[in-house]
Amino acid sequence: MELKTVQTRHAPVRYFEGGSGPDLVYLHGAGGVTAEDPFLAALAARHHVFAPLIPGYGDSEEAPEIRDMLDFTLHSWDVVEALGLKDPILVGHSMGGMIAAEMAAVAPNDISRLALICPAGLWDDDHPIADIFSLLPYEMPKILFHDAEAGAAMLTAGRNVEDPNFLQTYLVTNARQLGMAGRILFPIPERGLAQRLYRIKAKTVIVWGDSDRLVPPFYAHAFKKGIGRAELVSIPEAGHMVVLEQPAAVVEAIGRLG
Amino acid sequence: MKFTWFNLMPWPYLPDDFREKNRSVWVDIDQRLFDPAKSHEVYNTYMDLLEYADRLGFDGIGVNEHHQNGYGIMPSPNIIAAGLARRTENAAIVVLGNSIALYNPPVRVAEEFAMLDCISGGRLVAGFPVGTSMDTNYCYGQIPSLTREKYQEAHDLIIKAWTSRDPFAFNGRYNKLRYVNIWPRPIQQPHPPVHIPGGGSVETYDFCIDNTYSYSYLSFSGYLRAKALMQGYWDRVAARNAPDESPYRAGFAQTICVAETDEEAERLYSEHVSYFYNRCLHVYPGFADAPGYRTIKTIQSGALSQYAPPKGGYAQLSWKELTEQGHVIAGSPETVRQRMEDLIKGLHVGNIFCLMHVGNMPADKCMYSTKLFAEKVMPKLRDMFSDYAQDDRFWCKPLAKRATSGSLPAEAPTSAALAKAYA
Repeated sequence: MELKTVQTRHAPVRYFEGGSGPDLVYLHGAGGVTAEDPFLAALAARHHVFAPLIPGYGDSEEAPEIRDMLDFTLHSWDVVEALGLKDPILVGHSMGGMIAAEMAAVAPNDISRLALICPAGLWDDDHPIADIFSLLPYEMPKILFHDAEAGAAMLTAGRNVEDPNFLQTYLVTNARQLGMAGRILFPIPERGLAQRLYRIKAKTVIVWGDSDRLVPPFYAHAFKKGIGRAELVSIPEAGHMVVLEQPAAVVEAIGRLG
Repeated sequence: MKFTWFNLMPWPYLPDDFREKNRSVWVDIDQRLFDPAKSHEVYNTYMDLLEYADRLGFDGIGVNEHHQNGYGIMPSPNIIAAGLARRTENAAIVVLGNSIALYNPPVRVAEEFAMLDCISGGRLVAGFPVGTSMDTNYCYGQIPSLTREKYQEAHDLIIKAWTSRDPFAFNGRYNKLRYVNIWPRPIQQPHPPVHIPGGGSVETYDFCIDNTYSYSYLSFSGYLRAKALMQGYWDRVAARNAPDESPYRAGFAQTICVAETDEEAERLYSEHVSYFYNRCLHVYPGFADAPGYRTIKTIQSGALSQYAPPKGGYAQLSWKELTEQGHVIAGSPETVRQRMEDLIKGLHVGNIFCLMHVGNMPADKCMYSTKLFAEKVMPKLRDMFSDYAQDDRFWCKPLAKRATSGSLPAEAPTSAALAKAYA
């Protein structure tokens, strides 16, 4: 994966590009995405992948003017436009799935293939989504992964927790990334998508990890019900980070879009 | 010097095993630990103590705003302040403050503060905190990374509402109002003095300097640990070429316990201090600092969240350590005077918020400590910073002639008396 920059109205956007095949735009979740992400590699085996970072993620510039759901949605369309893409396969994980669904709802004629991987964006009082903002780092793995132990190893890989600057770097990264994510996810990750879902015309595949403890599989059915042409793919032995735990199965599911 | 007697209003009945059985004193504290019937007594005692401080000659009496919090049963400080405005005569009513990003629209704060200023005869000191992350983000649902922008807009709206004499339209991002025209408006002109509680961000330093507001550091960890932060403020005051370095540009909160002797102070107060530091400050770390709440600049400055406990936690700190490290200033009047002088000189602060009710301290002990401070400590510190004695920019300016509450005649007039009076 190559890290590149494209200029948009609000900020220069950093994005990963790689692979060959049909164009595919991948929108990452609240935890971000890196060049080493096994899911990007798996996608790139079959697609020409573009994975833009939301402003503030990784080393990218922040965009203070992007505040609400419409801003996120239109900015993401700006990125697609700036990349010169027409009707790419649009894939989003978690927060990225929420944005992708919004994009497909506001511009239903511009997206014909959509993959939503355990997306945020809906809320039901009887099925509350855990509050990721108040979670302590050590609490994350059991919420995010089917296999918490293996997940913890993935989360800490490449990080030197003994580094005296680790805490500060961690806090700054969190403030930049989750601070930005909070604009559409805090305190409840719902911004009215339910009343717009009906507009989506794309052929849609909804992918969910069976043991998702962050956004419970209940929501898979809610999305399926709300989108006209949607198929649901459940993936066993996978939690919310299904893209890390079962990347091949997710790519397989996206393959159903043709 | 200005001494404000401050009461956080802790709930005094948190059980001994509170820390073990509960993850947080704040945000998701167990509802069942609150007893409304008992609170009747607690509220009235706490308000009595604030009124007592007025009678003893404290310059101000102070209240603040917290939500879903075991050490602050004051979600609306304005309600307490309204009671105090009626039942006190001289002390400034220091509301430190209203978390203005939480009011919708914030014109409500402009109105309520104006009411307090009018009822108290111009005794209001107005505080505008951003609010802690626990209150603002986790209890009141504000988006962390937009809280400061919303706060700023609320501030601008309130000041404009206070100072404009004609209705105006306010087209903000967070507030759209066609007719802003507050009624009543404050007695104090151009508006009541403003104090801003801050936690070490450069943006807040500048905000205070630019607007001639007093910067308050409301820490519970004492003056020794506050040195770096307050020095940062004074360095900024110098760097920005502020016209002066008046100590009234700054305030500091300090837990204070006075007795006849150092030994008596430990005997009387250590359990209440322990209650406060170990039970009341038992905040779940996940609530202390929602990502995006503090600015990147502030985090990079190395300042820890105000609610980050010392290494090892307060539970590890004995009375001796808490007093030696300055979390608490306690002892005989002479000990307290010396340490207060160190604090005042060391931090260069003219406004002291005296946290004299501590944890589950009963009223009798609190009166004892308060009286000793008022009679044997305060007079000896009163004249510090005499060069700035005339600096009234950061304190209230009450009407010279003020109404006395409750002064209706005992009996309603007779028909004959009215006929005569209005003949």
